[in-house]
Amino acid sequence: MIRLEEITKTYQLDGVEVNALRGVTLNISEGEFVAIVGPSGSGKSTLMNIIGCLDTPTSGKYWLKDHEVSKLSDNKLADIRNRLIGFVFQSFNLLPRLTALENVERPLIYRGVPKKERRMLAEKALERVGLQDRMFHRPNQLSGGQQQRVAIARALVGDPALILADEPTGNLDSVSGREVMYLLKELHAQGRTVLLITHDTDIARQAERRVKIFDGRLQEEGEVVL
Amino acid sequence: MNLLQAVRLAFGAIMSNKLRSFLTMLGVIIGVFAVVALVSIGQGATSQVTAEIQGMGSNLIVLDIRGRGGLDSLTLDEAVALAKRPGVSAVAPVVDGYATVKFATESNYTSIVGTTSAYSFVRNHFVDQGRFLADVDVQNRLKVAVLGAEVAENLFGELDPVGHEIRINGSAFTVIGVLEEKGFSLGGPSDDFVIIPASTAERLLRRQGIRTVYLQAESAATVDLVVSGLESLMQLYFRDENAFSVFNQAEILDILDEVTGVLTLMLGGIAGISLLVGGIGIMNIMLVSVTERTREIGINKALGAKKRDILLQFLIESVVISGVGGFIGMVLGYGTVRLFSGLFGLTIAFSPQVVLTAFTFSVFVGIFFGLYPANKAAKLNPIDALRSE
Repeated sequence: MIRLEEITKTYQLDGVEVNALRGVTLNISEGEFVAIVGPSGSGKSTLMNIIGCLDTPTSGKYWLKDHEVSKLSDNKLADIRNRLIGFVFQSFNLLPRLTALENVERPLIYRGVPKKERRMLAEKALERVGLQDRMFHRPNQLSGGQQQRVAIARALVGDPALILADEPTGNLDSVSGREVMYLLKELHAQGRTVLLITHDTDIARQAERRVKIFDGRLQEEGEVVL
Repeated sequence: MNLLQAVRLAFGAIMSNKLRSFLTMLGVIIGVFAVVALVSIGQGATSQVTAEIQGMGSNLIVLDIRGRGGLDSLTLDEAVALAKRPGVSAVAPVVDGYATVKFATESNYTSIVGTTSAYSFVRNHFVDQGRFLADVDVQNRLKVAVLGAEVAENLFGELDPVGHEIRINGSAFTVIGVLEEKGFSLGGPSDDFVIIPASTAERLLRRQGIRTVYLQAESAATVDLVVSGLESLMQLYFRDENAFSVFNQAEILDILDEVTGVLTLMLGGIAGISLLVGGIGIMNIMLVSVTERTREIGINKALGAKKRDILLQFLIESVVISGVGGFIGMVLGYGTVRLFSGLFGLTIAFSPQVVLTAFTFSVFVGIFFGLYPANKAAKLNPIDALRSE
């Protein structure tokens, strides 16, 4: 499903080179529920951006399903984001002007799904997350937990193979956080690959497999660092 | 993403900020309105002037004689004989001057035109009451007069002047007719003058010789032939090309067309500049909008929007703003032009081409000034865009 080989990423920040990732190799197979855990500044956001095809590595190779992503054009990357990846962000990232339903519809618009089908799929996705009676509310009329559930509906509406959740509970109270984690586990139970990125070890414990990231390097849990 | 969907998204964005969209639109509205209104007024002036010149008589040629040395005019017979030249259908020589015209206690100092019977149709000016001069009047130096509409009004008021006697510089003349009213006209008096036979005028005004001859060509095609024939004849006669001048209507029309054309272009140009300023306003707002919506663009990109999708969305936004603005400006311009032509009796030519051009131009303004902001939006890096607040 995901295969990373010796991925490095170097930024230029005010003329200073920052090595965010220093040779990351990672394999995730289809249907796994993996947590990547690390403190802030460990390079986990950079890793998430690269896995999410929002950014390209400085060197190294990345396969997502059958695509060698590190070689693809911007347009092709947009297509992969649209079809293969569902994003759940810490800050929800819903479009404030749109209703919950319209927010969920958005990825399907870019995929070119006709309006009727789009609406039907979006309604179904909102029902999945238990928001069937909040479809026409705007984000500012919803609680944080509800907003994150809208974001999860948006992530799963396109039926992606990979759900990428970046600190999905970071802005939520514990009750809403548990709801969100429950939904993610449910998605995983249905055969989707879920990749969770967090600094919270309690959250990470709920995944099947944990990978630690520190200073741009990965370490599987249980592995001994020499 | 198809075009219809992009239009929907653009409308959504425009409607979410109505006041700003309207203010942006206002620049284009004013621009298109100005183009439509000013060009219509300009073209109206052109057509009015053209109609007036054509009203002076069809295929009209004017021979003006300034003279050289003692030789400064043609005799009446010489002038009348010009009618026999090829291509000429009629000739109306004119002896003109000023005189005091009196009836009862009313008196008018006005222009006297001594001419022949042909004048009426050569100048396309016919009698409203009574009759025009006849050949016998000219041959016998009869003291008869045809009054311009304004003179008739001034001297007689409501009274029918035909058959009454008036005094021109003290001599008694019988009024035989009154000319139709022409209103304002270029090239000489139109209603404020009195026509008497040319032979009578020579005596009355104590002027020998003809200095102006109006000729009518048989057709538009023979105008040039007549003009060149006339020029060489006069050259032979006076041996000085500055002693005379020959105008024809087409020439005058050309000159005036050129003048009014330049005027219309100038008005259109000034209006066009305001349209351009409107376009810059669109670009300004679109740039602000891109900055404000950076995060939105980032989210859309994460969800799979391609560069093309973002470009299209912003471009359509600016085109919709300018297009709708253009349409409103067009309707407003049309309405105003109509209102003004109704209120002030202005002749206004409302040409569909100008309206269409102004509208099309406004849409292009939208594309041109929308392209840069839209491109800027499309090129945003999704991570940077997501990170922005």
